[in-house]
Amino acid sequence: MADAATGALRRTLNLRRPDEVYNAIIDAHRDLNDDQCRAFDAGLILLLANHVGDADVIGEALAAARLSLNGGSRAG
Amino acid sequence: MSSYQYRHYPYRRPTELDGKGKRRPVVIVGAGLAGPTLALALAVRGVASVLLDEDDTVSNGSRSICQAKHSLETWDRFGIAQRMVDKGITWEQGEVYLHDKPIYHFNLAPEPGHKFPAFVNLQQYYVEEYLFDRCLAEKLIDLRFRHKVVGVRPDSGGVSLDVETPDGRYTLDADWLVACDGVRSAVRHLLDLPFPGEVFHDQFLIADIRFTSELPKERRFWFYPSFHPTNSVLLHRQADNVLRVDFQLGRDADPEEEKKPENVDRRLRQMFGPDATWEHEWSSVYTFTCRMMERFVQGRVIFAGDAAHVVSPFGARGGNAAVADVDNLAWKLVRVLAGTSPASLLESYCSERRAAAHENTLNSTRSTDFITPKFPASRAFRDATLALAREFPFARSLVNSGRLSVPTVQPGSSIDTPDGDTDWLRGPTPGMAMVDAPVANGRGGFLVDHVGPDFTLIAFAARPVDLPELPAGMAGVMVAREGAPPSGWTALLDRDGLVRQRYDGRAGTAYLIRPDRYVAARWRRPDARELAAALRRATGHG
Ligand SMILES: Cc1cc2nc3c(=O)[nH]c(=O)nc-3n(C[C@H](O)[C@H](O)[C@H](O)COP(=O)(O)OP(=O)(O)OC[C@H]3O[C@@H](n4cnc5c(N)ncnc54)[C@H](O)[C@@H]3O)c2cc1C
Repeated sequence: MADAATGALRRTLNLRRPDEVYNAIIDAHRDLNDDQCRAFDAGLILLLANHVGDADVIGEALAAARLSLNGGSRAG
Repeated sequence: MSSYQYRHYPYRRPTELDGKGKRRPVVIVGAGLAGPTLALALAVRGVASVLLDEDDTVSNGSRSICQAKHSLETWDRFGIAQRMVDKGITWEQGEVYLHDKPIYHFNLAPEPGHKFPAFVNLQQYYVEEYLFDRCLAEKLIDLRFRHKVVGVRPDSGGVSLDVETPDGRYTLDADWLVACDGVRSAVRHLLDLPFPGEVFHDQFLIADIRFTSELPKERRFWFYPSFHPTNSVLLHRQADNVLRVDFQLGRDADPEEEKKPENVDRRLRQMFGPDATWEHEWSSVYTFTCRMMERFVQGRVIFAGDAAHVVSPFGARGGNAAVADVDNLAWKLVRVLAGTSPASLLESYCSERRAAAHENTLNSTRSTDFITPKFPASRAFRDATLALAREFPFARSLVNSGRLSVPTVQPGSSIDTPDGDTDWLRGPTPGMAMVDAPVANGRGGFLVDHVGPDFTLIAFAARPVDLPELPAGMAGVMVAREGAPPSGWTALLDRDGLVRQRYDGRAGTAYLIRPDRYVAARWRRPDARELAAALRRATGHG
């Protein structure tokens, strides 16, 4: 379900066991070097993007993910 | 080196050098793919042209090898497409490999019941030879070899050209000049017009070789094969048992070294193994650019083909776009010359074919970025896509080794009439190319055979009395179960029910097809007034 006020991308929790999912993602990277991480993440993103399917959601996620570049501030 | 016998066409001294020149309605510069196609498209509509080329033979090297369905349909109007199909290699299948294993198989065959296949592979020199033969047999075409354009002086009512020949220089005056003189267009340079775009630095080696053993018909594309582990390789078959092998070399390769026959042979040997034998046809190391002129119509000078826009070779879009350009232009120019349409109709040539060039550039740039990723993250996603492709069908669809040329969509063109009815389930919308289907009891076996050099209305009717009244200047094709057609109409039998299916045709449905086989308008039940309005709009009076 989309968040009506903001757009297509869900902003509230959608994971039943959030800590488990979060740590599963971290653990999957644990034995990888930086190049391997990049390859792994690329595959993961493609798999999830195809699963999501909605180009608007993916577009909003691409914009929102830039927040991770500067500690959550929209500037810069 | 080449098995193809390059004919040298005779130079003839122009009458202008003896003071007998006259003003010409249309002069075309460049006899590559676009120029002769335009001259023929004008001639079938009764318009004479002079076609100039600086050279006296066909394309040097096989260059454009994939001739698309839409181009074949255009050439079919001059009676030369079947010759190309007979000589060329019809292919529809392709295979993409990662390392040495196939990951993705595609089939481009649209569906059964089309006169022409998706592609015929035929070397550009053959296509030009057949075009030249046809032009030389045509009284309305004055094809002049070894006539090089060296000066262009446009004025409000026409253009003066300076042309150099072995016998000296002469001046040729024309009402309209169409520059089909290729990527290094002399006309564009002489008029000092910009050609902005993007330059790509990756180098590719083309080796066209003649093979004696059994050859694959399908297109093959490898990412990182063991015989060329750092890059990609394309393999494609042409007429005369010629194979095109295209090796991606990267940015730093030395083109002079790579071109040496012993180095080309070393690569081929790794690819084909110790027992294969071949002869060289043509080799070339190339880089490419994507460029487009701001305006394709500059007063009385019109640009078409590579002179107006170039793209990368991935997707077979250069030559096929050149043909589509002049197919779009010819009927408009004929109307403007005859005074039946205002010169502003040519603006739609510019806007429609610029939209097409944009689409081609976008597709070709995306393929280029997939084949030659420009930055590390791009490469990571490309490689992840390839790695996932064997296991996951969705990823196969993302593998982009060239999205092969299909007719471009020209949405929202000012000369097309947007859909009014909303209950369409299928069928080409205005701005899309018509689709072919088998028919019977007419001149030929396919719908494309019945679309003439002018506007055609394809109408579905239960009985002939249900047909709308045709405005002047429109031919009618009736798809009906029974009954003799009224005058002005041709009756077609929808042999396999595919016309109805592909056009979502019900009793009353009608499609207005432009002379370039694009849909101008469609209705569920048009009246005479709507037909006339759509025709006025399509001919620049809207
Ligand atoms: C390696 C390679 C592979 C390609 N593969 C494909 C493919 O598979 N499919 C595809 O669709 N396209 C392909 N292309 C592109 C295709 O070859 C071109 O897009 C196509 O030839 C463009 O046609 P044109 O008529 O616009 O120009 P051209 O075919 O280049 O013709 C221009 C003509 O103008 C003449 N001329 C130039 N200057 C003057 C002058 N001053 N006076 C008189 N005449 C002049 C030249 O002699 C020439 O004959 C390929 C190109 C290359 C290089």
